[in-house]
Amino acid sequence: MLNRGRNIEKGRVITRRMFILAAAKILLFAGISSRLYNLQISDREKYEILSDKNRIREWKTPPQRGIIVDNFNKVLASNDRVFQLHLMLDEINDFDLTIFKIKNLIELDNFQVKKLYKKKERLKPWDTLVVSDNLTWEQFSKINLYLHELEGAKPVLSTSRFYPYANDLVHVVGYVGDASPKDLEKTEIKENFVPGLKVGKYGIENSQEKILIGNYGIKRYEVNASGKRISQIDYIKERQGNKVKLTIDIEIQKYAQELLKGKAGSICAMDIYTGEVVAMASSPTYDPNKFTHGINQKDWQEIRNNSLKPLINKSIAGLYSPGSTFKPLVALAALEYGILDPNKTIRCKGHKHPYELYGVKYHCWKKEGHGYMKLRNAIKQSCDIYFYEMARLLGVDKLSIIAKRYGLGTNVLGDLYNDEKNGLVPDTRWKRRELEQSWYLGETVINGIGQGYIQTTPLQLCLMTAQIANGGYKIKPHIIKDDTINYKDVINKIKLDQSNFPLHERNYLDDINVQYYQRMYHKKSNINFVLDAMFGSTNEQYGTSYRSRFDDPKYQFAGKTGTSQVRRITDLDRELDLDTEQIEYKKRDHALYIAFAPYKDPRYAISVIIEHGGSGSKAAAPLASKLIKKIIDRHKLREQFNKGNTSLA
Amino acid sequence: MLRERIQASNYSFLDKLRSIDYLLILLIIAIGSISVFAIYSTEGGKFSFYTKNHIIRLSVFFSLFLALSFVRVSTWYKNAYLFYIIGLILLLIVLFFGISASGATRWINLYFLNLQPSELMKIAVIICFARYYHRIQSSDIQSYKFLIQPIILLIIPCYLVIQQPDLGTSILIAGSGIAIIWLAGLNIKYFVYSGLLLLVSLPFAISILKPYQKSRILTFFNPDRDPLGAGYQIIQSKIAIGSGGFFGKGFLKGTQSYLEFLPEKHTDFIFTLFSEEFGFLGSIILLFLYILLIYRIINVGLVSRSFFAKLYCFGFATAIFLYVFVNIAMVLGMLPIVGAPLPIMSYGGSSLLSIMLGLSIVMSCKIYNQEQISVY
Repeated sequence: MLNRGRNIEKGRVITRRMFILAAAKILLFAGISSRLYNLQISDREKYEILSDKNRIREWKTPPQRGIIVDNFNKVLASNDRVFQLHLMLDEINDFDLTIFKIKNLIELDNFQVKKLYKKKERLKPWDTLVVSDNLTWEQFSKINLYLHELEGAKPVLSTSRFYPYANDLVHVVGYVGDASPKDLEKTEIKENFVPGLKVGKYGIENSQEKILIGNYGIKRYEVNASGKRISQIDYIKERQGNKVKLTIDIEIQKYAQELLKGKAGSICAMDIYTGEVVAMASSPTYDPNKFTHGINQKDWQEIRNNSLKPLINKSIAGLYSPGSTFKPLVALAALEYGILDPNKTIRCKGHKHPYELYGVKYHCWKKEGHGYMKLRNAIKQSCDIYFYEMARLLGVDKLSIIAKRYGLGTNVLGDLYNDEKNGLVPDTRWKRRELEQSWYLGETVINGIGQGYIQTTPLQLCLMTAQIANGGYKIKPHIIKDDTINYKDVINKIKLDQSNFPLHERNYLDDINVQYYQRMYHKKSNINFVLDAMFGSTNEQYGTSYRSRFDDPKYQFAGKTGTSQVRRITDLDRELDLDTEQIEYKKRDHALYIAFAPYKDPRYAISVIIEHGGSGSKAAAPLASKLIKKIIDRHKLREQFNKGNTSLA
Repeated sequence: MLRERIQASNYSFLDKLRSIDYLLILLIIAIGSISVFAIYSTEGGKFSFYTKNHIIRLSVFFSLFLALSFVRVSTWYKNAYLFYIIGLILLLIVLFFGISASGATRWINLYFLNLQPSELMKIAVIICFARYYHRIQSSDIQSYKFLIQPIILLIIPCYLVIQQPDLGTSILIAGSGIAIIWLAGLNIKYFVYSGLLLLVSLPFAISILKPYQKSRILTFFNPDRDPLGAGYQIIQSKIAIGSGGFFGKGFLKGTQSYLEFLPEKHTDFIFTLFSEEFGFLGSIILLFLYILLIYRIINVGLVSRSFFAKLYCFGFATAIFLYVFVNIAMVLGMLPIVGAPLPIMSYGGSSLLSIMLGLSIVMSCKIYNQEQISVY
């Protein structure tokens, strides 16, 4: 019985212990359940995202770039069909072997192969390696023939940037190339980037990236753990970038470029009312198409080492002393401030008796002197002596106010071109601030003939001319067609104001912030005086550009020559008095010319600069004359086209 | 007493049928069917190798279970030590002639099956201990003399299994053994002391672990330590389960598994796959089925007369619990990844065989629950 009692006790112990264990089991199962709840209910979203991240992989498809057209909708930058070879890295087992086969097929050199390996290192194992983005037809067909032997190789018909007008527009439109790390910092590129995408490197291509780049497409594939594509889930189509329309007339641009052939220089042409840049040529030039697929070393060196500096956009990044083209503005300033009666007579006595100020001699360009000059004649014949005296009376600060007002000293096109220069309109405060020196009167004197510190870009000179030619109204220069401007209204507004003028005369000289399309002058007669003098300069005997004139009033234009020194003229030079051809190229003067046309009811302003071209009247004015004819000839067409387009819009 | 023994031996077949625990059989069938669907899903919905094999094994071992259920519980009792010795011999054979896979030597090639003796050892230890404590008087249990024997009996197989190496199974064997020692009524202080000792010696224990075991444990504490290496399994398993949500992604729609992000989805991670496809709801139901199974086994113990049957059923219930808990906690990232299959669900012959064997002993306890087994 004792045994039995013990047994009962033992049975109880076992059962009790079992219940303790069971309680523990229940607790632990509750723990598991709460963990399940956590994972599957509380944190479900987090794990769902992680799961999708696991299984869905995106491939981006590159967008087509927006096209660029000129004023007449002629395509300036398009997308051309190209043959490419891509390698799908996730489908390749033996990369070395594949590359070796491809190397032999399309005849890559060792340097290119090395480059491919480098490129591959930067890619993810499922990315696409672009072996070549521009195969010839033969290479492409060869690849297709041997495709079964090339794992992961994918011949692709793609598009790439093409510039049909190649050399004629590179300084306006710019070019594209592979994105640099710096490019990738820009949000519009960062957000839309796809490996292999070309981005704007210069000009409109660069500054209008946001409009042109478009949006990439996305192909979503379900992939397995080893990255193999199982099925396509989703395809969001890529969106081509938008069109950018320029105000350029490609025919005029081409002609301007042709006129500049063989020379270094720039031609700009602008609508004096609307501010549309019609042409902006810079010479020498280069082919932007070479940059699209990466320029080869030889071509690059050729461009870089050209002493005429094709890479510099001379219209906006070239800085020149305006020389005598500055004179109309000096005259205008003097008249506006009432410094000088235009009938004041000054005698230009030639090199033997130069203008003297505190013992320093200032010569006129004309050796034998102009004799007795009034202001109109001084502009027409570009007499330096008259302008020395006038500048002295005017003072540099007043001159700089007027110069800045008419468009000098600040860049013209805003941030459209990353290399556009501001130029320099000096005044006494500027000199004190920047050079920490006081201003010398002698500097004012030479400033009066556009020499000295003053620096301008050709486009600034064009704008200056335009704003004088339109009767002294501020315009908004632009090169991208601006839909917010109603051109017809603008022209009517200015013309109405021109005819109404005497009714509301007030002092505009102190008005610093002149609004667009409002007058900047004080007295209309002053503007008219200057315009008339410029007419004389071109269309009257003894005028400096008399030889380039048109007698037909349709083409008749008014202008002003300029010859800007690139170095100080010594007494020896004066004695030698060499012809342009006899002087070493680098030491020759820059030839400048500004003009507006037609004289009666003007519409266009142009500026021409030929680097080291010698005198403005010989080197620059004839080109201007030819271009003006072209512009006037095309004016009607442009007018009609723009009218038609606005009515459509 | 004699009368009762005669009574027990004279069970008519109808009595035997009547005393079968049908709920238990139903549970086994339920979990078994779920496992077929799960394995079918691991193959991406194709009726191929694993599914076929699993079905064949399930039916063979289930029949075996039914057949062995009618073996008298006293027969199991008598042969308990024999089982243990056979288990040990098999483990020794593994040690010398075992076949290896992925760095571990765990199997004996039996041509129709690669037998994993450590799985059988899980059951053998329980039977052996049940018999051992069956005959020990409750007054003797606390004595060192009777304590040292089971400890030695436990250490030998554990050591052999660790050598394979197979930390998970070794821990499970030890766990079931300790559970029976606990059930038998060994004083709590022993458990407390040895628990403390284990805690103290843990750092030393870890230091002698194999590098891969160490990395698994370190990874357990921080899976992101090596997300593509050791932590990969835990991370992917959690992603799969978490992304299942309440209702799951649907049968055959578990992306994590059919896109092969899940490792070992047939075996240790079968619960992950199930949970991804059937969600929180399915997981809880499956968990509930296991709880019922454990409850039924305990119930058999409660209605059994002999200590052997009681100890065995309670011990086996605890072992099942341990397998389920360790496996699920592991795939949920609550425990380090140690190889531990989910009973019945996981693909694997030996594990299924040992579970079915264990269940048949439970059933035999049920059928012969009135059978008294002499202490001597």
